[in-house]
Amino acid sequence: MTTTTDAGSRRIGAPEPSGRKPAKRSTDRAQAERRLGIKLAAPAAILMLAVTAFPILYAIWLSLQRYDLRNPDDKGFVGLSNYLLVLGDGTWWTAVGSTTLITVVSVFLELVIGLAFALVMHRAIFGRRTVRTAILVPYGIITVISAFAFAFAVAPDTGFLPGSVDPLSSTGGSFATIILTEVWKTTPFMSLLLLAGLATVPEELQEAAKVDGATAWQRLWKITLPNMKGAIMVALLFRALDAFRIFDTVYVQTAGALNTQTISGLGYNALVSRVNLGLGSAISILLFLMIIAIAFVFVKLFKTNLGTVKGGD
Amino acid sequence: MTATTLGAEQVGAGGGRNLEAGGPRKPRGNRATEPGRSLGWKLGVVAIVAYAMFPVLWILSLSLKSDATIADGKLIPREITGQNYRDIFTSGEFVRPLINSIGISLITTLIAVVIAAFAAYAIARLDFPGKGLLLSGALAIAMFPPVSIIGPLFDMWRVTGLYDTWPGLILPYLTFALPLAIWTLAAFFREIPFDLEQAAQVDGATPYQAFRKVILPLALPGVFTSAIIVFIFCWNDFLFSISLTSTQNARTVPAATAFFTASSNFVNPTGQIAAAAIVVTVPIIIMVLVFQRRIVAGLTAGAVKG
Repeated sequence: MTTTTDAGSRRIGAPEPSGRKPAKRSTDRAQAERRLGIKLAAPAAILMLAVTAFPILYAIWLSLQRYDLRNPDDKGFVGLSNYLLVLGDGTWWTAVGSTTLITVVSVFLELVIGLAFALVMHRAIFGRRTVRTAILVPYGIITVISAFAFAFAVAPDTGFLPGSVDPLSSTGGSFATIILTEVWKTTPFMSLLLLAGLATVPEELQEAAKVDGATAWQRLWKITLPNMKGAIMVALLFRALDAFRIFDTVYVQTAGALNTQTISGLGYNALVSRVNLGLGSAISILLFLMIIAIAFVFVKLFKTNLGTVKGGD
Repeated sequence: MTATTLGAEQVGAGGGRNLEAGGPRKPRGNRATEPGRSLGWKLGVVAIVAYAMFPVLWILSLSLKSDATIADGKLIPREITGQNYRDIFTSGEFVRPLINSIGISLITTLIAVVIAAFAAYAIARLDFPGKGLLLSGALAIAMFPPVSIIGPLFDMWRVTGLYDTWPGLILPYLTFALPLAIWTLAAFFREIPFDLEQAAQVDGATPYQAFRKVILPLALPGVFTSAIIVFIFCWNDFLFSISLTSTQNARTVPAATAFFTASSNFVNPTGQIAAAAIVVTVPIIIMVLVFQRRIVAGLTAGAVKG
């Protein structure tokens, strides 16, 4: 633990050299430190609890109610019937399917392209600064704007596609456009995470393999990728969780038409457009549970070490 | 280019944490002397820059086209007009949301960074119970689907009068901005050699002087970077803005541009949306250009431990 060593080195004047279980004088100091720590962290902790934990509990409560703002008097506890209604509905499963499709395809493409970008950024000497700046442009652009950019580019009137092709008029074309937009927007983030992982691969291993006659391709598969497995898993986890709650791009490009509706979109429609707070909350709680499940699968099954994400503590 | 500058770049990119990994690398120097390979990397650089800039360029092109030529399918406009920009700045459909966006994002950033700085300092420097819980709780919130709290907020804001107001958006933004700021700040603060503070005090500085003259200058870049990342997050939000606002009173630019389409049906709004897009994108691009190295460090801070 870095903290222990920090604390130890700060108490360098104290007589106890071991520092972990110090004698009385340091215990007072440790207590003072603890109090100060709690005081400093409290505002952030309280604020996060107030604006997240409370709404989430409230959402769970809402999801167990019959509560439609168009009919506010007809309100009451209905148990799990909202959930049963959602799970028994075809539109829910269509949304689950399209959200999964978008997540899996776009995260996979982002991994492949992001890795290529990371390798270029890692190795390139000429234009290193330029490329790292350029790659931040998609990250800095508002998602809604990038969604418009791609929608305009493929539109038959304002677009750059030949003839009168209109991808957004078919299901396949819509998914392709949505995924293309997502990939463009978020690959840079993926590639920066991977670049940080690349920097941790020992250069000596590469050199040794090169001396032994390994080709560039072999070095990539046998040395680079295995050594940055942790970074890859963390990047995949972050992006998968983020992609699974996709909303903006779909709202702008198709508004959920042609079976492209996502779970977030379905929840938004129920909550805001149809002001059915009970049903909408059930949808959003289900999405929440699925996100937890995805994180759980990554952490347990793929042994993604979130400890590395936290930078050690 | 010397090995030393390369090393410096590397340190910047790794968030300053990979000092060992980022030292001067002789092998890379050798690689540069292989002409074929270095050409390949150069092409890679060109490809990435094209990838990143192309959509921005076509949006820029659309924003400069007149209504008559907007559908000509040409990347380079035949004639350049500022009409779309004049339209959005005189229509009132854009100016007010722009002010909302700037105000709400700035206030959120300020609050989030100040509160997060206290927490991150405690996390990086002090030993206190619940530290791990705070960090993992923050991570959990950051991963949280925003749509899950839209319903409760919609219901509560309706009753409390926060619906369609600035605070009504600032509060939910803080939820997601705080974890982001705590994470990046904690990662930056861990890099600060706090022993220097002791050294300054041994040399006769008061605790306040030691903090102000030694620690603060080292901490400021991290604070600033977190502020940029948080600002971009708020600037980008769409879901809260369309769910918790109904008028120009608090609606931000992303939501307003989405409604451009619906409102002006007599004329193709593409050019105006494109112009609005350029107006909100250019400041961010300039910010990114200036602070490139820090943002890269901030985005990956703590993600992969070197």
